[in-house]
Formats: sequence, C-alpha cells, structure tokens
Amino acid sequence: MADKKIGVYICTGCDIGENVNMEKVVEYIEEECSPAVLKQVPFLCGKEGLAQIQNDVENEGINRVCVAACSPRVMWDVFDFGPDVIVDRANIRELAVWSFHDPGLPEPEDDEMSDPLTMMVRDYIKMSVSKLDRILKPEAEPVDLDKTIMILGGGFTGLTAALDAAETGYDVVLVEKEDKLGGFAAKMYKQTPTKHPYEKAEPPFINELISKVEGNDKIKILTKTSLELIKGAPGRYKVTVKQGQEEQQLSIGAVVLATGWKPYDSSKLDNLGYGKIKNVVTNIELETMAKDGKLARPSDGEPVKSAAFIQCAGQRDPEHLPYCSSVCCMVSLKQAGYVREQNDDAMAYIFYKDMRTPGVYESYYRAAQDDPGIFLTKSEIQEVSQGENGKVLVKVTDSLLGEDFEVEVDLLVLATGMVPTISDEPVLKLGYRQGEQIPDLDLFDGFADSNYICFPYETRRTGIYAAGCVRQTMSMSTARDDAAGATLKAIQCLESVNRGVSVHPRAGDPTYPKFNMVRCTQCKRCTEECPFGALDDDEKGTPEPNTTRCRRCGTCMGACPERVISFDDYSVSMLNEMIASIEVPDDEEEGGYRMLVLVCENDAYPALDMAAMRMKKWSSYVRFIPIRCLGSVNTQWIAEAMSKGMDGVLLLGCKYGDDYQCHFIKGSELCNRRMDNIGETLERLQVEAERVQQKQISIDEYDQIPKIIDDFIEEIEGYGPNPYKGF
Amino acid sequence: MSNNSILVIGGGFSGLTAALEAAEVGHEVFIVEKMPYLGGRVAQLKHYFPKLCPPSCGLEINFQRIKNNPRVKFFTMAEVVSVSGGPGNYEVKIKIKPRYVNNNCTACDKCVEVCPVERDSDFDFNLDKTKAIYRPHLMSFPMRYVIDDQVCEGTACAKCVEACEYQAIDLEEKEKEITLNVGSLMVATGWVPYDVKKLIHLGGGQISNVITNMQMERLAAPAGPTDGKIQRPSDGAEPKRIAFVQCAGSRDQNHLDYCSYICCMASLKHCTYIREQYPDAEVVVYYIDLRAPGRYEKFLHKIEQDEKVLMVKGKVAKIEEEVDTGDVIVTAEDIMGGVKKEEKFNLVVLATGMQPSVAVEESILDVPKDDHGFIIGGEEKGVFAVGCAKMPLDVMTSAETATGAALKAIQTVRR
Repeated sequence: MADKKIGVYICTGCDIGENVNMEKVVEYIEEECSPAVLKQVPFLCGKEGLAQIQNDVENEGINRVCVAACSPRVMWDVFDFGPDVIVDRANIRELAVWSFHDPGLPEPEDDEMSDPLTMMVRDYIKMSVSKLDRILKPEAEPVDLDKTIMILGGGFTGLTAALDAAETGYDVVLVEKEDKLGGFAAKMYKQTPTKHPYEKAEPPFINELISKVEGNDKIKILTKTSLELIKGAPGRYKVTVKQGQEEQQLSIGAVVLATGWKPYDSSKLDNLGYGKIKNVVTNIELETMAKDGKLARPSDGEPVKSAAFIQCAGQRDPEHLPYCSSVCCMVSLKQAGYVREQNDDAMAYIFYKDMRTPGVYESYYRAAQDDPGIFLTKSEIQEVSQGENGKVLVKVTDSLLGEDFEVEVDLLVLATGMVPTISDEPVLKLGYRQGEQIPDLDLFDGFADSNYICFPYETRRTGIYAAGCVRQTMSMSTARDDAAGATLKAIQCLESVNRGVSVHPRAGDPTYPKFNMVRCTQCKRCTEECPFGALDDDEKGTPEPNTTRCRRCGTCMGACPERVISFDDYSVSMLNEMIASIEVPDDEEEGGYRMLVLVCENDAYPALDMAAMRMKKWSSYVRFIPIRCLGSVNTQWIAEAMSKGMDGVLLLGCKYGDDYQCHFIKGSELCNRRMDNIGETLERLQVEAERVQQKQISIDEYDQIPKIIDDFIEEIEGYGPNPYKGF
Repeated sequence: MSNNSILVIGGGFSGLTAALEAAEVGHEVFIVEKMPYLGGRVAQLKHYFPKLCPPSCGLEINFQRIKNNPRVKFFTMAEVVSVSGGPGNYEVKIKIKPRYVNNNCTACDKCVEVCPVERDSDFDFNLDKTKAIYRPHLMSFPMRYVIDDQVCEGTACAKCVEACEYQAIDLEEKEKEITLNVGSLMVATGWVPYDVKKLIHLGGGQISNVITNMQMERLAAPAGPTDGKIQRPSDGAEPKRIAFVQCAGSRDQNHLDYCSYICCMASLKHCTYIREQYPDAEVVVYYIDLRAPGRYEKFLHKIEQDEKVLMVKGKVAKIEEEVDTGDVIVTAEDIMGGVKKEEKFNLVVLATGMQPSVAVEESILDVPKDDHGFIIGGEEKGVFAVGCAKMPLDVMTSAETATGAALKAIQTVRR
C-alpha cells in the first residue's frame, strides 16, 4: 500500500454544526493531527459530500478517510471509496451531540476547557485519526484444504446428512460403529407421520434411504468403525478411525456429528414396575416386538388385548431426565395403534401429564382421539402392581374423569426418553489442547446444542456441527431439516476457510490473529482462554494457532500480557494510541473528569446508538471506544488510560453466566475474571480497584445506559481525581 | 447453465437466515420484504423464550452479516408479482412500492416534528400512534423513515419536505418494477397473528383490557408504547390479577385447527415479564395441554415454582367486561377440579395463534398448500418453504429449517 494519507471530513448536518464549535475543532485537529485534508461538509453523506471525498481520493491521493458524522450503523453503505481506501467512522452524532448533557462546570480560566461538547468531538476525531494511522489493510490468507465431510453416525440423521452433502457435490465419509446402517429408525415397525396430513403412521422409509446412500459413489461408508482421534482444524483434519484391528487415516474438511441418542436407563424405573413385573416394557422394547411381529405378553406369549402407556416415564422429572423428549407422545399414539390393529376389541390407555403434539402434529392426536379404542387422559400414576393372570394393575389419580380409577392390562408400556450419545462418552475424541469433548455440554443436559436461539448450529468447535437427537430431542421430520442445516454449515465452513475468512459471527472477516512468537513467554493464557479451542501448544507451551478454528474475537489478544498477538486492523498498540489521543484535563475542576468506556460493538454499542436516538443524555466525561468483544480487552489499555490520568474505566459488554449473550461465548465472562487481577494491580498502586468496572448490558437495555454511566461517574467522583493525573 | 442466484421471499428471521446461510456459502441472494424494514415478527418481541434474551441481539448480528456481505441484496416494501420459468432459471418480477423517503434520510427526526397527521402504529398493534411519516421502529434496518400513503396528505401539505434539510423526501415517488433472474426460491413469508376479532366469545377486539400475546410483547418492550411498562389499555392502571387464555383460536375446529406451537411458551415467558415488574401480581394460565417440548420443559418447571402463577387445565368459555371497573370476568372450566367458575381479572391476555401469511394475503406462488394455508410442497420446482410459512414453529426451529432449505436451494442452482 502507498503511503498513508489521511483525510478528515466532518459532517455539520444533523444538529452537529449548530452545537459544536467547529472552528475550535478544526484548529485543534490541524494542530494535533495535521491530516492531509480536513474539511467540514454540511451534508457529508449526500451526493456532494461523497463527491468531495471521492475527488480527494482520486486527486489528492487520500487513502484513509475519517468520517466524523453519525454512527457507523447508520449510512453504512455510502462511505465506500474502493478497496484501497480505509474508512473509519467517528461517531460524533449519537455518542456526542445527541447524547450530550452539559455538566454545568463553572466558567474556567482556560478558554480551551470551556466547551465540553467541542472537546468531546475533537477527541473522537483524534482517536479516529490515530486509528487510521495504525491500521493495516487486512489481507486474507487462503488455505488449501480437503473438502471431504465426515458424518459421524449412520442413523436417520447421519444418512440424510451424507446424502445431502453428496448431492451438493462433496465427498463424504460416513462412520458408523454398528455393523448396519439405520440406527433406531431401522428398528421401527412404523414411523410417526412425517408429511401432510400428519394423520397416520407411515411405513419406514429408512431402507430406501440406506440404498440411496449405499448407491452414491461420493459416499464412502465405514461400518463397524470407531472414531479414534480428530486432529487438526477445519479444512485439514487428520482423522484416525479403527475398523476391527485396522487403523485408517482420513483427510477431512468438516464434521457433522449425528451420533443420536440412546434410551434412558429403564432399570431406574422400578417404581413403575420395570424389572419387577414381567409385562412392563419400554416403548423401545414394544417397538422391537412389533417389528418382529411378536406383539405378545413377555410373561406367557399371550396376545396383547389391552395395553397402557405411561408418558414421561423418567422424564420431566428432576430425579430422572429434567427435560421432555419431544417425541414420546407421538410414539405412544403410534404404538397404541399397534395394539389396536391386533384386534378390533383391543384397548389402549394413554396416561399423560400433557399431550405434547405441537404444531401440525395436532392432527395425529386428533386421529387417535377419534378412535374409540384409544383412551387418553391426563393423570398421575399412583401405583403399578402385578395383577392376576399376568395382568398389570395401574392405579391413577387426578384424571380428567374426576375420580381415581384403575385398569388391568396385558402390557404396560413406559414411554421412556432419549439420552444423547455424547453426554457420557467422548464421542468426538478431539486432539485439542482444551480436551476431546465439546465444552459445556452440561448446559443442555448433555446435548450438543447451541446456546443461541438465533443460531442453532453454533458450537464451540468450529467446523463441527451437530444434527438430530444428539443436538436436541426431535422428531424424524425435524431431524431431516436439521441434517440439511448442519450439512450446510459444514459446507459453509469449508467455503469460508478456503478463502481465508472467518465463519459466524464475523463471517467474511479476512483478518486473523498474528503471533509475534519472539516475545512469547509460554504463559499459556491464550491457549487456555480461547472460547473455541483454536490454539494447541507444543511441549514448551508455545502456542500453535489454528487459523481455521479461529472466530476472530480477539480473546487471545486480550489474554496476552506480552502483546504477542494482533490483527491487521485491531491491536493492543492501536487501541493504546487511541486512548492516548484522549485529552485529559489536568484539573478536573476546570475540564471535568475523564472516563474511558470500552464497548462491545455487537450489543452495547447499538444500545448506545438507540439510547441516543431516544434522546437520552449522559455525562460528557466519557469517551467510548468500540471493541470486538470484551474478551479482547487487554489490561494494557486500562493501564494506559489510568497512567494518562483518566479517572476510571468502564467496560460495557454482554451478559455472562449460563444464559450468556456474548457472541463469542466466553468473552465477557473472561473479561470479568481478568478484572480481579486488574483490581489487585490498581490497589498496589494505591488506586481504588473500583475505578475499573465491568457492567453487563443487553442490546435492548438502552434506557438504562444513562443511569449506568452517570452512576459510575458519581462513584468515581466520590474517590476524587486519579492521583496520577498530571504526572 | 443454471442461474446461481437465490431469491428469498420474506425478510423475517427465517428469510434472513435462509439468505445469509446461502450467501455465506458464496451464492448471490436477493431478499424481498414487503415491510419497510427487515426482521419481521421477531423485531416486535421483547425477549425470546427460554433464554429471555432480546431478539434484537441476533438481528443486529444478521444485519452486520448483510452489511459485510456484498452477495446479499435486499428490497424493502417489495412484493413478488410474477414468477416464470423453472428450477435453475426463474424470472421474477418484483413490485417496489414508494417509500417516499430516499437514502438521503439521516434519521434526524425533523420531519416527524412537523407532520400534522397521525396513524395507528401497526408495529405496536394499534397501542400507539405514529405520524404519517415515521421511523419504522427504533432498530429499523434500514434505518430510514417511511410515509404511510394511506393517511399522508401528500403535496398539499408537504411540511416534511420543507423540514428535511437533506432532500430525502419525494412525495411524488412512483411504484417501480424490477426483474430478477434466479435459480431457486425460498419462501419465508412467515405468519400473522390470528385475527382476534373472530374470537367473539373471548371479547377479542371488543374489550379494552383483553389484549393479545403480541400486544403484550409491545407493552413490555422498552421502546414500546408505554416505554416497557405493562399497564391496562383502558386506564393505564397496573394490573394485579392477570389471566392467560391458551389456545385462543388454536386447536379449535371453528378457528385454527392446529396447535400454534409457540403460545404456551410465549405465555410462560410473559409470566416473567409480569413478575419482573409486579412481584405481587397473581397470574392464572388456562390451558388444554402445556406444551413445552424438549428443553423448554425446564422453563415450564421454573415458572411452575412461582407460587403466584396458577396453571388451570380448562377451556375458557366466555369473557365479559365489568363496565364500571374495566375488569374482565372470565368463565372457565377447571377440568381437574371439575367445576366451572367465574373469576375476575384486571387484564386478560389471549394467546392467539399463528396463521400463515399466505393464507390471508394474496400470493402468486404456485405451490401446494394445506387447508390452513401452510405450504406443503414445491421442492421439485426448486421452491422451498421455510419457517412458519411451512408449519407453526419457534424461532430456533425456524432457523434450522431455513438453514436446511438454503442447502436445498444451493443444490437446485448447482445442478
């Protein structure tokens, strides 16, 4: 890139011109920054304003543009002057003019200090110029990669995913530990409805699916095969699998985890007669009996003329599975049909807590209600006992009939639930520094689910996407969509890393962390803290970055005490320069206090914008700097601010804890942990630890912004000015 | 050679997801949205269940994804008027209605100050008013104002034109038509709340303190008509006893003959809105079945721990207004208790269901639909329904279907 040539363009529209002393701003910026071009434009985002910038780019060689105007979230698409021009936005409308609250300081002796809004505006512009001075044009690093997709699990979801990937043009390796494909779906007599009008059980279509997979030459099938190790990173995984005694190495690009579920341990359901009464079976056992054409009483092989189903057996129960398995109501309706088709006079009783046939499945429930041989009632099970002649006696209370009653049936079926295969065995076997399993599975009772409602495929291991019942309990028709969804994410990952760009949430970001290993002290903080486990290390503890696992949050940069890590457009030194650009009045009584606020750009920053749009006002002592994530906050920024004499530092970011909202999962939580160290350091310097605080805020809590900021200022004022001010 | 581009009809959460997931694989994608903003229904919600996080958080990320991806192009106030051709090679004509505000708009709000005309805010389900020129909502994307030409007095007034320093307003803007060539279509037209006026026995649309679940979202939203304070529409009073009527119109052969999937969870979530503001308020939820599938069960369990939230299995037969007080009398059967009784509440929330948009609005798409209007086919034509255009779903599952359909659309255009 040619020499940096910075142009500063200050918009005077949208109340800016009327409220800010532009003469003073221009004078100050000329003197402090000496940009190649400095202009005030009445309507910068309009045609003429843009033409002025374009003209300077073409004729004056301006290649870095500071747009001092509205928030970058507004007019986001107009300030584009080609790939060689870097633009930065100094948000002087929302963060200064619109939200400005006059502190009402006494008339100072120094005239320069007399106008807090003007001081604020020139700080934002100077910060932007120093950022433009440091920033490098990001260059992506494309990666040569293997695009083969490995599907773990050959059940319905895995088979569907394999076919989806192959039909989109990708090579697939399908790994199944059993000797046959098909999983639970292959053990079914019938399947619950998967298509309109959702009224009847269907003959299983799993065999058709298996033949399609077996007949597809892009799919390599490995049955009776166990996964031994996944090493490497998206686009270049080296996977070891074992078939019998024979190990194989596979080159894999991305992984779909579809290992499904296993039934809940029914031996824990002895209170419902399981294991004690012969004619008590689980829904899985009943399915096998029906599939084998042997729907008979286990005790004596007599036909089943009546059956009762107990729903939520070992589910929706903190003692067993705290969740609902989503499909058991449907399965029992289907299995009641098995009993009914044996004999016109056969009776099926379904005892439920709530009949859960959500959405379109209501039709299936209604069809069952129309069958006089199926008796359905909400009820509590009081007792299950052995009756006469091999019958099972079920006593229920609180039924819809309004009275307690009992039935004697040939067979009692327990509608047991699903346990994800990944919950207690290391199905994935990742050769990662942070361990072989996806972290934090306990948040979802062992399911490999996402904590984001909006982004169901986000896990903490880039390139590995879960689908089907290992992710959530779900029906086959949902699993069919889910398999396609996870496959798409796997493909998307490959088609991103091959261009050297990030996947979600910074999709398309060409920057990546660069390591200056010369200064690394092997402290291991970056390898331990990365929320995505992107870093491995060697025996000495030197980090080994895996760019294709990285999501570009900058948590590693925040963790590093030695400034080893930086991005082309985001670095410790860049932010230090920006902080150093803030003018701190020597005397707070004249110019007021100064507080630095580091703001998460994903949630807290939009909240600031929205607060300003709602004409909320807050103290003019604060200076905001947007950051990628609180996880990227390096303690040196705080040190820089405090050593410059700023009176406090506030970190505004996402909520953490089990319901975290951080888009990088752990950023705000890690930042909070670092706070403890910062506090100790400050106290050693005889500075109150409370001068640096982190506050959690959601994007919709914009109305709380003025209070958060003003309360912080008030607290700091209570401590008085930073004792190091002026040194 | 098949056309590599994909058209997504509808820019709500499903449509945005479908479009972005396909674009991030590398395909050119067009989003056609009839409203003046992207985000659809979820933009009107305060929180998602069960996490109680704001939908605007995910929307903001999706808007960033659009901003950073030159392959995504979108049109607001736009509707598909014709589709011809076939899979791999569709020609789609799009009608773009005049917004009357061009992209000079800086969202400075000066026009609103001078506009003399008011209108009911459809975004707030008529609980608030906007001017004829208005900001679609606080987090509108694009952040550009719009004029409601049904109420605007046009060039005869033109006060806004005068007030706008940026020549952003053109009262004579005309409808435009554009043509797009794409290989595949995804239909993400979403849902509309079932028309509450049809629920006469429940006082829908007639009793002022009987509101819908979507109105509850707006009442509780920080930028809503009451700045987030849950209060009675009739007199602004704080409600002390609140009832939720589940399956209002759903699971009912006279109305919607299916379960709308989300209403149980939505009402449970609303219990948290109420509890946050009114620690002593009493809540009764009248339900047929509490449908909290999968891990949502744990959220139900949490709400059930609240001693002041009572779950009553029973169908509400009648809702009437007590004229002097504005209170609402609910007649319901308590099935487990075996009694029918009347109870008085300050505020009643009808958990109204979802109806597919294509069932109530004209659609030129030639795809098979079920009796309710949900799309049940079209795949062989390279047309894929996603989210609530396909069946009633929650946001998480809608996003799954959208991601899955993106793969199918890509398969179609790569063929």
